[in-house]
Amino acid sequence: MTQLNTNFAGIKSPNPFWLASAPPTNSGYQIMKAFDAGWGGAVWKTLGVPVVNVSSRYGALNYRDTRMMGFNNIELITDRPLKDNLREIEEVKKRFPEHAVIASLMVETRDQWHQIMQDVTNAGADGVELNFGCPHGMCERGMGSAVGQEPRVLKTIVEWVMEVATIPVIVKLTPNITDITKPALAAKEGGANAISLINTIQSIVGVDIDRFVPYPVVDGKSTNGGYCGPAVKPIAMNMVKNCAQHPGVQLPISGIGGVENWRDAVEFILLGASTVQVCTAVMHYGFGIIRELTEGLSRYMDEKGFSSIEQMSGKALPNVKHWEDLNLQYKVVAHINEEKCIGCQLCFTACEDGAHQAIRLNSNPAIRIPAVFEENCVGCNLCSLVCPVENCITMERRDDGSENINWKERTLAGTVPVSFNDELAGGLHHTVPMPMEALQKDLPRHYKVK
Amino acid sequence: MAEFNAPANEAEFDKNFAQLKPHMTKTQAYLESSRCLFCYDAPCIKACPTAIDIPLFIRQIHSGNVNGAAKTIYESNYLGNTCGKVCPTEVLCEGACVFVEANEKPLEIGRLQTYATQQVLANDKDLFTLPETGKNKVAIIGAGPAGLACACELRLHGVAVDIYEAKTKASGLISHGVAPYKIQNEEAWGETDYLERKFGFRIFYGHPVTEVTQTKYLEDNYDAVFIGTGLGKTSQMGIPGEHLQNVFGAVELIEKLRDQKNKLHFPGNVIVLGGGNTAMDAASEAARMGAKEVTLVYRRSKNEMGAYEFEYDLAKSVGVKAIFNAAPVEILGDEKAKGIKFIRTKEVQGKVEPIAGTEFVLDCDWVVKATGQEKHRNLFSLIQGLHTDAAGKLLVDAASYRCMATKYFAGGDAVSGGQEVVNAAAEGKQAAFGILTFLNKE
Ligand SMILES: Cc1cc2nc3c(=O)[nH]c(=O)nc-3n(C[C@H](O)[C@H](O)[C@H](O)COP(=O)(O)OP(=O)(O)OC[C@H]3O[C@@H](n4cnc5c(N)ncnc54)[C@H](O)[C@@H]3O)c2cc1C
Ligand SMILES: Cc1cc2nc3c(=O)[nH]c(=O)nc-3n(C[C@H](O)[C@H](O)[C@H](O)COP(=O)(O)O)c2cc1C
Ligand code: SF4
Ligand code: SF4
Ligand code: SF4
Repeated sequence: MTQLNTNFAGIKSPNPFWLASAPPTNSGYQIMKAFDAGWGGAVWKTLGVPVVNVSSRYGALNYRDTRMMGFNNIELITDRPLKDNLREIEEVKKRFPEHAVIASLMVETRDQWHQIMQDVTNAGADGVELNFGCPHGMCERGMGSAVGQEPRVLKTIVEWVMEVATIPVIVKLTPNITDITKPALAAKEGGANAISLINTIQSIVGVDIDRFVPYPVVDGKSTNGGYCGPAVKPIAMNMVKNCAQHPGVQLPISGIGGVENWRDAVEFILLGASTVQVCTAVMHYGFGIIRELTEGLSRYMDEKGFSSIEQMSGKALPNVKHWEDLNLQYKVVAHINEEKCIGCQLCFTACEDGAHQAIRLNSNPAIRIPAVFEENCVGCNLCSLVCPVENCITMERRDDGSENINWKERTLAGTVPVSFNDELAGGLHHTVPMPMEALQKDLPRHYKVK
Repeated sequence: MAEFNAPANEAEFDKNFAQLKPHMTKTQAYLESSRCLFCYDAPCIKACPTAIDIPLFIRQIHSGNVNGAAKTIYESNYLGNTCGKVCPTEVLCEGACVFVEANEKPLEIGRLQTYATQQVLANDKDLFTLPETGKNKVAIIGAGPAGLACACELRLHGVAVDIYEAKTKASGLISHGVAPYKIQNEEAWGETDYLERKFGFRIFYGHPVTEVTQTKYLEDNYDAVFIGTGLGKTSQMGIPGEHLQNVFGAVELIEKLRDQKNKLHFPGNVIVLGGGNTAMDAASEAARMGAKEVTLVYRRSKNEMGAYEFEYDLAKSVGVKAIFNAAPVEILGDEKAKGIKFIRTKEVQGKVEPIAGTEFVLDCDWVVKATGQEKHRNLFSLIQGLHTDAAGKLLVDAASYRCMATKYFAGGDAVSGGQEVVNAAAEGKQAAFGILTFLNKE
């Protein structure tokens, strides 16, 4: 049977699913409820000098029938006194000794860091997470992402913390930076035991177009916030991969950003994470989603024959290459399964207007199934992505697999285009219609602006 | 059966005749509109007789541009709100939606359509800017869907329009033919009143055109005349007993029902004769009015019914029984109808033939004839140069809807012999373009 137990830089938890430091971990009440439901760990809502928050704090990006596919907040760290939090940490640890309780911290001075490290360690926290990521409100005061964006400052603070640390120290990184490996390296150099990423992305989630003010609106005004939820997952995964692949970093990674189901968690783990943290999905659906997360993850691990998270962590990394290492001889083309096609012609218009004019309509308008003109198909996938029917458009391999030549090799062999009108241009032999032909097209009456 | 009790008051009537396509809430419209794929060369548009740009208006609804959506709808179909509720969408737009091909529920195009137009009607929004009225004047006979659509389009081109309507309200069969569970009078009139207000045509109510002096007047005072008179009253079957009390024409009975609602009392046992959509409607309505037994009798087989499958299903779902291959021979009774004598039929080379010796009698309290409507032959005979086919349908040019070399144009049921509101709306609009071309040539 699959073991979901995790040992993350010395922090043990019954499964790799942790609540991220956020409103769901605001209190002992919530965390006990979450552990009782099956969560493996919780990173306490960031502790420090308590703040005062504004009213109206969140905004959301809805897409079609999906609410909150992106989520934005302008909240700060905890607004509760430290002593209340410490007392509750103790209570939670007493009742749930096997579960991971990590204290997220954000303070300013060396003395404050030393003091708070001592306090949370005494309260029984299993580890700490240094919040160098909050991109709004705190950074203006020289904390949060203001630290995360300055590797040297980050390193210094980590060193202060390590001076007194007796429990594992995780550094939480901000994505509001060009190269995520720079702060990751600084964390390593400062002596941190692990990293977690990503914190939220600076954002404006929407604008009230009647009142001319972004969301969330605070008495007619607003400010930029931090963006998270399913929409940020691809960005987060890329950053996790960058850190995981960097030879200088080599720290355990807790993956954060848009995790909502077991599949998301598996993806993060395959890219090098060994625990994942969840915030938005819990704020949307509550702690109950843990059932699907743990059940799905263990079923997947059983199917693939993984007996521990460790075994699967980073499994996809060897297949993430630089562009120049990809095989240029590999050739796929789109294939439409006529049995499945429902005739929406989205593939046609996508390829015709948005790609390579490789899909054609039947000359008999009563037949709505389009056809692929293989000579023009560059195998970009677009049609298969827009097709509303599962597996209706498949990408089929056309090369025989005998050749593997990448850009690097072609450069060495001198077979890459080097001048503007080079005969070796990849698209030279594609049939691109003449510009004027566009105006002679038979378009449906409803295609154009009247 | 008795699935419904006779409605004692208007509230109970509304309950028995609950709307088949109730208005959507904002949330429903948001969720439903999110499903549209925005198909290229969308098949739903092609299946709409008025060719409404359906994917566009659905996208407009989804992006919160409801007035824009309503405008998209009205640009193609002036009876947009009504059509959303009464169109047989199963065989039109929704039947063509690509989701049907995927064995998925098609978009609820009709309800989305009404959702958008409702907001505009409720808020009395202006959607169109009318040009100055020019010198041309057109008369329209009949303020049904065909006449109204023709009037709107002409007004949009600066033509003055007067409509002569026999009844005291506009909308034609929408308010006195279509089943009340599809649309209620208030909603039908809400739209026709809006059109009358916004498009600035005049309607002369209570003005039936029945005499040659009137047609002469129209010819002398207008540059063109549009005939949108629809069909007439229920035709005679030509069997003994048709004159008896309690024998009703379906359209006449439905008109009465829509007018009197719960105050019209249906008896225990109703026989409806016919196999078209009107027969299905009449039977459904009788059942919803609390009739204990409603029997449909059709002289041909089930497969040959003119009614749409879903209309038959709807009638069955409220407990209507059906008998096929039986033709009425005589309506029995002294003063009042008491029953009908039928004879079994079979089909020989497409013709219905009675089978000798198979007569039988069904008792009943009411007989409802849904066996077709008359054409307005009297009116047509007043006008020089009008031609009809053998069945009495007006003959027109297929593109301009002009009646053979006259200043008359026609559209709607008077030409088609009986289709849907949406067809009448499409033809009335199309005829307006025919009239405009004609006026510009003069
Ligand atoms: C029982 C029944 C149910 C129906 N159900 C549906 C349905 O669910 N959905 C649907 O889409 N369609 C339905 N229809 C069909 C639809 O109602 C008609 O196709 C449509 O109304 C035809 O429009 P029209 O303008 O041609 O004629 P009408 O709607 O018949 O309008 C004609 C107008 O002309 C007036 N008029 C007639 N003669 C004169 C005259 N001599 N002088 C002045 N005015 C005159 C009439 O009073 C009337 O107002 C139904 C029809 C019937 C009979
Ligand atoms: C397939 C693809 C190719 C792109 N190529 C370019 C490019 O050549 N030059 C450029 O400035 N941006 C390029 N972009 C970025 C887009 O211009 C745009 O900034 C980005 O996609 C975000 O906008 P969107 O969310 O509307 O897609 C490309 C985007 C896509 C999807
Ligand atoms: S997108 Fe898919 S379903 Fe639509 S026409 Fe193309 S192949 Fe058919
Ligand atoms: S894969 Fe790309 S180029 Fe080929 S048919 Fe599809 S959209 Fe066109
Ligand atoms: S066919 Fe259906 S999915 Fe396609 S545009 Fe029309 S309503 Fe939308």
